[in-house]
Amino acid sequence: MADSEMLVLKDLHKTFNPGTVTEKQALSGVNLTLYKGDFVTIIGGNGAGKSTMLNAIAGTFPIDRGSILLGGRDVTRLPEHKRAAFLGRVFQDPMTGTAASMNIEENLALAARRGQSRGLRWGITAKERAVYREKLASLDLGLETRLGSKVGLLSGGQRQALTLLMATLKQPELLLLDEHTAALDPKTAEKVLHLTRQLIGENGLTALMVTHNMKDALALGNRTIMMHEGRIILDLNAEEKQHMTVEDLLEQFEKASGRELSNDRMLLT
Amino acid sequence: MNIAQLLNQLPGALAQGLIWGIMAIGVYITFRILDVADLTVDGSFATGGAVAAILITSGVHPLLATLIAFLAGLVAGLVTGVFHTGMGIPAILAGILTQLALYSVNLRIQGIGTDLGSRSNVPLSINKYKNMLVSLRNVGSFSLENPIWLMLLITVVLIALMYWFFGTEYGCSLRAVGANQQMARAQGINTGAGKIIGLMISNGLVAFSGALMAQYQGFSDVSMGRGAIVIGLAAVIIGEVIFGKLFRNFALKLLAVSLGAIIYYLVIQVVLWLGLNTDDLKLLTALVVALFLAMPYWKNRFASRKLKGGALHG
Repeated sequence: MADSEMLVLKDLHKTFNPGTVTEKQALSGVNLTLYKGDFVTIIGGNGAGKSTMLNAIAGTFPIDRGSILLGGRDVTRLPEHKRAAFLGRVFQDPMTGTAASMNIEENLALAARRGQSRGLRWGITAKERAVYREKLASLDLGLETRLGSKVGLLSGGQRQALTLLMATLKQPELLLLDEHTAALDPKTAEKVLHLTRQLIGENGLTALMVTHNMKDALALGNRTIMMHEGRIILDLNAEEKQHMTVEDLLEQFEKASGRELSNDRMLLT
Repeated sequence: MNIAQLLNQLPGALAQGLIWGIMAIGVYITFRILDVADLTVDGSFATGGAVAAILITSGVHPLLATLIAFLAGLVAGLVTGVFHTGMGIPAILAGILTQLALYSVNLRIQGIGTDLGSRSNVPLSINKYKNMLVSLRNVGSFSLENPIWLMLLITVVLIALMYWFFGTEYGCSLRAVGANQQMARAQGINTGAGKIIGLMISNGLVAFSGALMAQYQGFSDVSMGRGAIVIGLAAVIIGEVIFGKLFRNFALKLLAVSLGAIIYYLVIQVVLWLGLNTDDLKLLTALVVALFLAMPYWKNRFASRKLKGGALHG
């Protein structure tokens, strides 16, 4: 079923600062295929290449070797802002995904025009405003009455929730979530995760989610992959995930990598 | 010190403030909206003056000459933009390079039609070119000839235009580039192109202002833009300090910049009247701007020190 392949990564290689003392081989042959509706969680130790893989897909930097197909199109050489037409992104740092000095509705209006040409029409219409109010209300954070507030005044959790809404406002072919709950307190993280699951479910999105929380990795999505030293070393399908505990996962990691899993932020429970 | 003498100077200060205010709005676009400190303006201001002067002296209508000066400013901004985004040169250095190059270019522009092919000064007598848009000769009169009226009109129209532009889809995307580049790219905005367009508009306005200044003062000079960036920053900062709490709307913020430029020139007139030597003016301006630029930094440090102190007791 080649037509339902949403993302195909072939033999991705990336080395940062080649030829210097800080040389770091971040990706060393990543192969991955995602089908429409796949919700894949990604785990791995420090420097395993999880974020690098997401950024390579997003086009933050050019890759050294390999190819990236999004929805059947070869986007390997497409600049980041052009790939954005197909991607929704939420970053680890809540400050990254929104423009602090612009207000909530302006941020949403920018996101609603992702992948479209921006002309000299007015930047936000009254009709849109009503839609935004409704969508914000569904977040249940009280943001629907604050459309004119500067995003810089929001809390980290509110900003992440807003970024999620922005990422899905215009349906992306692929949603990239890069440890988007890592900087939040546990309660807020739980809320944002719930919202993530809801948005992905409602819109039938294909998503890649990097997480440091092993339990979340197993509980969410229909697939879990584990990365180590720039490669995917384990790929679990929905059924395998169901029977897996966090302990099993750690054991699997040691078996596949020959090492103990270490991650500064790793949550095992 | 004769107070009548000072009062006599004030209309001129107002007119100059309005002209520099347009330049300052250009600086506001790069400095505050795009978050880029663009030093091209010292050069592009004089470019505007040079282009307008050479066109007016060769018989082109001053209005058309002023508009062509605007186009020349767009090109200056384009060069800085390409230096910065296309060649990876830090914005501040890209601006300095263009500014330096423009010095030669401006000498050449002003030298068009001369034997030497290069000239540092072009006189623009209002006696000879009677249809010039603004002139300091009429600044004391109560007629419609007074340049203050036209400058007020231009300022209002410009602020309205900018308000509209930065409210459009494209204008919003430029604001996003200045606010958060990573976010802008993730929303599909070409940040490099955005910066180039912003630098072009900014320098276009700066050159436009330079064209008006050349007509107002009755000559164009290759060094008329020296320190323009500092005057622009002074206007932006004075406007923010005085009207920041009051003016929240974008149009009002731009108005504050223009008012900042006017206040700057009024204050200059007063200190000159009090006996300051004109030669010391730029030193004074630089120190005042440095002081105001330091304020947010000092405020932050003071606030965090107070927090730390509080933690000790808590």
